Amino acid sequence: MVHEPNDPKKVIEIHGLTKVYEMGEVEVRALAGVDLLVDEGEFLAVMGPSGSGKSTLMNILGCLDRPTDGTYLLDGVDVSTLNRDERAVIRNAKIGFVFQSFNLLPRTSAAENVELPLIYGDLGWSRAERRKAAMDALFRVGLKGREHSHSSQLSGGQQQRVAIARALVTNPAMLLADEPTGNLDSRTSEEIIGIFQSLNDSGKTVVLITHEPDIAQHAKRVVTVRDGVIQNDEKIQQHRVGVRDNVSGIGPPVPAIAAEATS
Amino acid sequence: MKSSVMRISNITMVGLRAIARNKMRSFLTALGIIIGVGCVIAVVAIGNGATKSVENTINSLGTNYIMLFPGAATSSGARMFTGNSTLTADDADAIKAECPAVAYVSPTVRAAAQIVAGELNWGTSIQGVSVDYPLIRSWNVSQGTFFSDQDVKGASKVCVLGTTVADNLFPDGEAAGQIVRIKNVPFKVLGVLEKKGGNMMGQDQDDTVIAPYTTVMKRLSGKTKIDMIQLSAVSADQVQQAQNEIDAVLRQRHRIAPNGDADFQMRSQEEIAQASGAQTAILRILLLVIAGISLLVGGIGIMNIMLVSVTERTREIGIRMAIGAKGRHVLLQFLFEAVTLAIVGGALGIALGIGASLAVKRFLQWPIVVTPASVALSFGVAAFVGIFFGYYPARKAAKLDPIDALRYE
Ligand SMILES: Nc1ncnc2c1ncn2[C@@H]1O[C@H](COP(=O)(O)OP(=O)(O)OP(=O)(O)O)[C@@H](O)[C@H]1O
Ligand SMILES: [Mg+2]
Repeated sequence: MVHEPNDPKKVIEIHGLTKVYEMGEVEVRALAGVDLLVDEGEFLAVMGPSGSGKSTLMNILGCLDRPTDGTYLLDGVDVSTLNRDERAVIRNAKIGFVFQSFNLLPRTSAAENVELPLIYGDLGWSRAERRKAAMDALFRVGLKGREHSHSSQLSGGQQQRVAIARALVTNPAMLLADEPTGNLDSRTSEEIIGIFQSLNDSGKTVVLITHEPDIAQHAKRVVTVRDGVIQNDEKIQQHRVGVRDNVSGIGPPVPAIAAEATS
Repeated sequence: MKSSVMRISNITMVGLRAIARNKMRSFLTALGIIIGVGCVIAVVAIGNGATKSVENTINSLGTNYIMLFPGAATSSGARMFTGNSTLTADDADAIKAECPAVAYVSPTVRAAAQIVAGELNWGTSIQGVSVDYPLIRSWNVSQGTFFSDQDVKGASKVCVLGTTVADNLFPDGEAAGQIVRIKNVPFKVLGVLEKKGGNMMGQDQDDTVIAPYTTVMKRLSGKTKIDMIQLSAVSADQVQQAQNEIDAVLRQRHRIAPNGDADFQMRSQEEIAQASGAQTAILRILLLVIAGISLLVGGIGIMNIMLVSVTERTREIGIRMAIGAKGRHVLLQFLFEAVTLAIVGGALGIALGIGASLAVKRFLQWPIVVTPASVALSFGVAAFVGIFFGYYPARKAAKLDPIDALRYE
């Protein structure tokens, strides 16, 4: 592949990716040759019916798993053959995960949850620097004032905001969200998707896996997977806009943050 | 380098937070170690106290001390005593007269009796000895006087009381000058001995009455032979020489050929100490085995709870791995947790053990010796137990697959 000098930087560059699960005698081809290019600053939604291979793709994109075959360059680095520890380093530095079930640590404050990736990272930051970065990230998702709340004291939407802050705090190459609105009502889903949109507006690459077309319509590009291959890849000209009034992904903080924090 | 040191300290913080989050369970986990280490400290303290007290008693005999008792040593070394003593007071006199390396000699006769003083009475053991006895044992009277050679020759009805007997028979007054009755025979109390302090073999050295051996033989026991002879050599380095001289004198008096089986036996203070040392060694090994087993049980407790904890926190492990924890970070976290529990448990156990030892000392009056070595050792063993039994669960956590762990409900 030869790029023109003024091509946008590629965050994801995948060629001929396959994933085969061996289950005794039976082989399951969860991914059967996927090619995918994602530029920096894109907002990509991955859709597809159940069992089509979305989660398998997400695990490989997130460096949680290795492909059976094919190459995967993440932010210019070939990660398809890395070992366990090397993948852990890549996950820490380049990927921000957001899960359907929030996956915050129980009995741990929001700020401590957000700090967690920095503890495992290579940045060599002091405690105070880590705390400051966590506070900034929580501020960006509109959770100022709830830094010391534990997950049990937060609503689902607030927990997902903490999870997004945790994904942001290392300033990764991309945010990778697997059904981030699957456990939320539609109003809160709109808010969460709004956060992703504003983060994307400020330049963050977002890959979102969902089976809700409504949610997918907020992205700038939708890829549909079926039976382990990409069946459809379309740009969305008129994408929907989520609720944006209480986050500070771009621009100065909005006064509504305080209202959200105390609600 | 700096950042890896910092990361280690961060991960230890993570372990500490996990402990703090589950206070009750952490405490229960450590309980096995707390009790184990507590037992070790207490049992070792009591054992050391016992040993020390026996040692003190034996040392208090003095390095010149020799015990001579009837009965032959068989080839196997066991002492055979047929019941008929072969030693007489004349043997004692002969030894004193003929052995230059022997300084003092006291025939010894024992009897058990009830002592009565007015309304009060006290059961104790009576020792019949000669005037040399206080010199052999370096045991003087603290009140009144010891009996004289005249008293021994005339078998006078006089005695000297140990402090325990004096305290019980004369709780509020001078014992010296009073009359006590032993087997209905009135004895005049000449004095009270200095307090010697207890020894561990269930005996109180001060629970005794000392009288002339002649009196005890004539008035109380009716024996004509004596039970043993206590002696002291002129100096510590003359003990062997004294034993050789005594052996020669007694063989001659008892008409035993130099290569024949003697009908008497001797033990120097050093030999008594050795015999008791061998017993103590067995006691120590037993204690160590008990200590080892209790720490093993404590360690298995830690492993058990850590395994449960790893299973329970599978999801947490998955999250940590997803956001960048390497296998060894997770390993360190759980290992650190286990070691912290073991060390904190060990410290609490040491406090508990010392507390229990002090309670035993206070309420049972047992001598207690807590040595820094036993504290350091228990602490080290507790830490080792934490590492050893924490490693398997920690490795199990570290080997989890992040995808499976994240999916775990
Ligand atoms: N660990 C595994 N072992 C064996 N087969 C697997 C494994 N994980 C996924 N599969 C199979 O791979 C295929 C793709 O599964 P995947 O989980 O990626 O689907 P999905 O698109 O995420 O579905 P859903 O929308 O239901 O989550 C399925 O047929 C599934 O059974
Ligand atoms: Mg799925």
